[in-house]
Amino acid sequence: MPIALLLPATLGLLFLILPLAGLVIRAPWSTLPQRLTEPGVLTALRLSLQCATLATLLCLVLGVPLAWLLARVQFTGRRFVRALVTVPLVLPPVVGGVALLLVFGRNGLVGSWLDDTFGFTLPFTTTGVVVAEAFVAMPFLIIAVEGALRGADTRYEEAAATLGAGRWTTFTHVTLPLVAPGIAAGAVLCWARALGEFGATITFAGNYPGTTQTMPLAVYLALENDLDAAIVLSLILLVVSVAILAALRDRWIGST
Amino acid sequence: MRSRWIRTTLAGLMAVAVVGLSGCGNDSTDTPSPPSAGGSSAAVTGNVTVFAAASLTESFTEIGKDFEAANPGTKVIFNFAGSSALATQINQGAPADVFASAAPKNMATVTDAGNGTGTATTFVKNQLVIAVAKGNPKGIKGLSDLTKPGLKVALCAEQVPCGAAAKKAIDAAKVKITPVTLEQDVKGALSKVKLGEVDASLVYRTDAKAATADVDAVEFPESAQAINDYPIIVLKKAPNAAGAQAFVDYVLSDKATSLLTEAGFQAP
Amino acid sequence: MTSTLDAHLVVDRGTFSLDIDLHIAAGEVVALLGPNGAGKTTALRALAGLEALTAGYVSLDGADLDRPERRVWIPTEHRPVGVVFQDYLLFPHLSALDNVAFGPRRHGVDRRTARAQAAQWLARVGLTDHARRKPRQLSGGQAQRVALARALALHPKLLLLDEPLAALDARTRLETRAELQRHLTEHPGATLLVTHDPLDALVLADRLVIIEDGRVVQEGDATTITARPRTEYVAQLVGLNLYRGRADGTTVHLGDDGFTLTTTDRLDGDAFVAFRPAAVALHPEQPHGSPRNTWPATIAGIQRHGDNLRIQLTGPIPVAADITPAAAAHLHLALGQPVWAAVKATETRAYPA
Repeated sequence: MPIALLLPATLGLLFLILPLAGLVIRAPWSTLPQRLTEPGVLTALRLSLQCATLATLLCLVLGVPLAWLLARVQFTGRRFVRALVTVPLVLPPVVGGVALLLVFGRNGLVGSWLDDTFGFTLPFTTTGVVVAEAFVAMPFLIIAVEGALRGADTRYEEAAATLGAGRWTTFTHVTLPLVAPGIAAGAVLCWARALGEFGATITFAGNYPGTTQTMPLAVYLALENDLDAAIVLSLILLVVSVAILAALRDRWIGST
Repeated sequence: MRSRWIRTTLAGLMAVAVVGLSGCGNDSTDTPSPPSAGGSSAAVTGNVTVFAAASLTESFTEIGKDFEAANPGTKVIFNFAGSSALATQINQGAPADVFASAAPKNMATVTDAGNGTGTATTFVKNQLVIAVAKGNPKGIKGLSDLTKPGLKVALCAEQVPCGAAAKKAIDAAKVKITPVTLEQDVKGALSKVKLGEVDASLVYRTDAKAATADVDAVEFPESAQAINDYPIIVLKKAPNAAGAQAFVDYVLSDKATSLLTEAGFQAP
Repeated sequence: MTSTLDAHLVVDRGTFSLDIDLHIAAGEVVALLGPNGAGKTTALRALAGLEALTAGYVSLDGADLDRPERRVWIPTEHRPVGVVFQDYLLFPHLSALDNVAFGPRRHGVDRRTARAQAAQWLARVGLTDHARRKPRQLSGGQAQRVALARALALHPKLLLLDEPLAALDARTRLETRAELQRHLTEHPGATLLVTHDPLDALVLADRLVIIEDGRVVQEGDATTITARPRTEYVAQLVGLNLYRGRADGTTVHLGDDGFTLTTTDRLDGDAFVAFRPAAVALHPEQPHGSPRNTWPATIAGIQRHGDNLRIQLTGPIPVAADITPAAAAHLHLALGQPVWAAVKATETRAYPA
């Protein structure tokens, strides 16, 4: 093993792990049990998990077909569309939240229509949290799935056609199973990103315990005057997400 | 004690980063300036690093320019952020000369840790107003109007000063307001009104004044119960103690006070 | 069930163009043979509907599947055409059974019935015990049989096989070829076998169509083609030396420099002359006696060829000669060495070009 690789690899690992270690070491272990049972904590955790999961489902429903379009359909401006899809990656999430408000807000392009027609507004609702998280997390899914689709052998789809499968059946019965590992990986990335989402959520959906206050928002506010509480909340988020991701990896991605 | 060490190190790194960034692009400030010819008081020179609450951004930038003009050879470097974050940075050893806080609580954090000199002086007060959309379309006249059903209200979260003040005022008015959101800071609460997502929010008068193009401010009597004092102090470990004292004196001068009241603050 | 393929395939891709006629009767197996890049795969894809014709038509049992001139286009999934792909393309996420049941399921057969039919097909190819295995757990020969069962399960009117044995090792190929022959004989529809292996074509097909550069160069049954190749490529396929010249009685003039070969077939005009490499004898000096063709040549290459050695000769005509190792040792053969080549007239065959 060349030292030229081993050394930076070790440094990289330390760089990623030390802050986590800092949280663990600094955690107020003696008061941890009381803090864990505070009602607000579980509410925020449950909301976080629900919203991240719903956002991931939304991303799957919209993102997989979009990834298919980008990977399989030749159309003019495809490169441009592909670049647009990654915009939420480079956009500061707070700006993303403002942009969402301009479209889905009470006075937004779509939002005002929603309000007039259905009397329904997205900001300050749990649905709004899901929308904000999906907006920020969707590129992760699309990039992973598009990559998987480009890597998949399209001749399997031709084989399916010779066996009588139409394009839709081919997509559902052949293409999707072939790229299932890529979709799973993308969904996991997407979920993790949604779980940690802060900027777009607080800007678009606001912050209210029980409806829109997810764990990252709770952590941020706790930081204002109670560092210990912030660390506890961060640790919970960390433990739960690492546990879920590890379980998913083993089951679906088939890590080697 | 290990945890203490980590906390110190992390906060120190943070503060260094902040100061480093604020010095960016100002290479000349590191070299000492020539002494001012016939200064008003004792000759004040060099950099004065001021940690100031975010709500002071506009007025202090102005005051800083005036101060530099009055004291040739000085350069004021600002670090604007939330008062609690600034207090933490100072206590972790950030090399600041002056601390101007938006709340006595955060000032106490610094002075209790023995990082101030003397007692802090209140240089302005700030008061809450109800920020509403331009023209006040919902006809809001006071806090009790915010209880109307269907009206969307944004407040600051209780953990931040504007939220604590809002709670005091609302309690004093003996009304029950159910907000749709508890914002992380006063700018967040204000922007929700600007964007029309809420009908009203409780913000500082100075913030409403800075946004007169988009919002109207409705004064309400109970805000007198929740007046926010802004204390300022020269820090103990100030690298430029003379400059720091001169800056604090300048902030307390009539000229600076009138500039601050123009921005919506009240004189103490 | 009887079916007949009637097709005139025209695919124009600028640098490459395919233009061939194909007719296959019900129950007939036709091999489409040709070198790489001749257009075999393009022809197969056009028949399957994986590629559109530029002109011409594909018609099966009198029904048009593709006829650009009349804007007729039946998509792949609606064609009664089964395909066995070169590397089989078994769906990796499905078991062998579900791979075979895939086609019937897409044609509206319920899951139970489709699986029962698939099980029958797997039994016919002798893979009942492997029904639950995933493709990656199957050997090459087994995968080939699953792919065949999958294509046959839909009772296609036209079965297309793309290099069905190319991916197999020599031993497996022998067994699989024999079994494939049995299934092709039983298949009532038309079968087109695309291959570059003459042995596959000779064993499996009733008739051969040979294409080069997108055109048919020769067509006929195995006997005709092996006896009378008409292009260099076909001659190589069937292992013959082939020359084109002008016949005058039993003498055939090759080229312009007066070189002639004597044959026993009598004809006049443009003609081919062919003889086996084994019919060529090599001598250190000019041989005498019996009426035969002799000429001086130089050894340009020596390769193993089965139990014998194949000697490439240059001279008035390029010739391949097969000789035994014993004869080679006796002659002390070496590259660049001059020898005399001899072929008896009775070993040559001349036929009109």
